[in-house]
Amino acid sequence: MCRVVDLQQAVLAKNDACAHTLREDLAARGTALVNLLSSPGSGKTALLERELTLARERGIPVAALTADLATENDAVRLARSDVPVKQILTDGLCHLEAEMLGGHLKDWLPADTRLLFIENVGNLVCPASYDLGETLRVVLASVTEGEDKPLKYPTAFGLAHLVVVTKTDIAEAVSFDGEEFRANVERVNPGVEVHLTSVRQGVGEGVLLDRALAARDGAPVHIPVMTRTSHHVHDDGEPQPCDEHSADLGTVASSRS
Amino acid sequence: MHEMSIALAVVDQVDGAARPAGATAVRSVRLQVGELAGVVPDALTFSFQLACAGTALEGADLDIEPVPARARCGACARIWPPGMPPRLTCPGCDGTDTELLSGRELQIVRVCWHDTAPHPPISQER
Ligand SMILES: Nc1nc2c(ncn2[C@@H]2O[C@H](COP(=O)(O)OP(=O)(O)OP(=O)(O)O)[C@@H](O)[C@H]2O)c(=O)[nH]1
Ligand SMILES: [Mg+2]
Ligand SMILES: [Zn+2]
Ligand SMILES: [Zn+2]
Ligand SMILES: [Zn+2]
Repeated sequence: MCRVVDLQQAVLAKNDACAHTLREDLAARGTALVNLLSSPGSGKTALLERELTLARERGIPVAALTADLATENDAVRLARSDVPVKQILTDGLCHLEAEMLGGHLKDWLPADTRLLFIENVGNLVCPASYDLGETLRVVLASVTEGEDKPLKYPTAFGLAHLVVVTKTDIAEAVSFDGEEFRANVERVNPGVEVHLTSVRQGVGEGVLLDRALAARDGAPVHIPVMTRTSHHVHDDGEPQPCDEHSADLGTVASSRS
Repeated sequence: MHEMSIALAVVDQVDGAARPAGATAVRSVRLQVGELAGVVPDALTFSFQLACAGTALEGADLDIEPVPARARCGACARIWPPGMPPRLTCPGCDGTDTELLSGRELQIVRVCWHDTAPHPPISQER
C-alpha cells in the first residue's frame, strides 16, 4: 500500500532553524554576525585583516572565523590584526552551515564580542543558500572579475545586504566599469549599497566596520527584493528543532547574563 | 557540491518523517524548486540518487516541480516574470519598491511511501 503524505517542509528548514537560534543567542550576548561571501581570491581576507585591525585600534571588541577547504593561511593572516581568530576547515564542504558554525563558536567566542566576522568559503554559489544567523551579509567582488558577476550569480548578489567592490587600485588596468557594475547589482538587488575599496590604497577604510556596527546597534539593514516575499517559503512547515549542541553557545554565553 | 548538500537535507527530512510513521520504503518525493532558488534540477536529481543509497529512500524517484519566478511592483502593481538573470526593478515604472511573489521555493511538498502498519492517520502537528 502506498501512502501519499503532504509534507510541506522547506528543504533548508533545519539550517534556517539553527541560524535563527544562533542569531537570537548572539543578539542576547550583544554580538552581531557578519557573513562575507565572494569568489575565491576576491580579497575577503585582505579587507577583513584591515577592518579587524581598525576595530582593535578603536577598542571595539571583534572576532573572526575563516572557513576554507584546506590550509590555515587565512587565519594566520587575520591573526596579525591581534583580535581573536579561528580557522574552520570544512572537510570538503564548499560552504558553511549554521549548525557547523554554532559548534565552532561554542566555548570559543569571547563574551564581550560586538562583531563576529565570518569569512565564508570562497564560492559564490552555495554559500548564498545558507543563512548563518548573520545580521549583515556582505558580498564582495574584485574589479578583476568583470562587471557581469551580479548577473551570473544573481542569488549571491540578490541576497546581499551590502556589496563591496575590492582592489579598485587596479581598476584602470582591467578597465573596470563601475557604473555598469552598479547597474547590474541594481537589477538583481534594487537599492542595495555598493562601496568601493582598495586595501592597497586605503580606499573605503572602515566602511565595512561602520556598517556592521550600525547594523549591530539596530540601524535598519537593507531588505533585498529576493527576501521581500509576501509568503515566506522558508517559514512554513513544521518548525524543525535545531540540535542542542549548536544552539547552545556554551559556558561563555551564561557567564554574561 | 551544493546540490549534494541539498539532496542530503531532503533525504534527512523525508527519512525523519517517514520512519516514525512506520514507512518501510519511500517511493517518490515531490519537490518545488523555484527559478531563483539557486539550485540546478539536473544536478539535484543526480545527487539525490547518491544521497538515497542505503536509506529508506533507496531507489526513490525525485519529482521536481519547477516554480517560475514572478515579481510585483508596489508602486504600479505590475506583475512580471523577472527572467534570468532576474530583473527585479519594475519594467513599467522603474520602481524599486518591488517584491517577489514566487521563485525562491525549495520545498518538499509530497512524499509517497510504503508502510506495513494498518493506517493510523498521519499526525500533521501544526
Ligand atoms: N591590488 C590589490 N590586490 C589585493 C587587494 N586586496 C587583496 N588583494 C590581493 O588579492 C589576492 C587574494 O586576496 P585574499 O585576501 O587572499 O582573497 P580571499 O577572498 O580571502 O581568497 P580566498 O579566501 O582564497 O577565497 C592576494 O594576492 C591579495 O594580495 C587590493 O585591494 N588591491
Ligand atoms: Mg581568504
Ligand atoms: Zn557548498
Ligand atoms: Zn555548490
Ligand atoms: Zn512599477
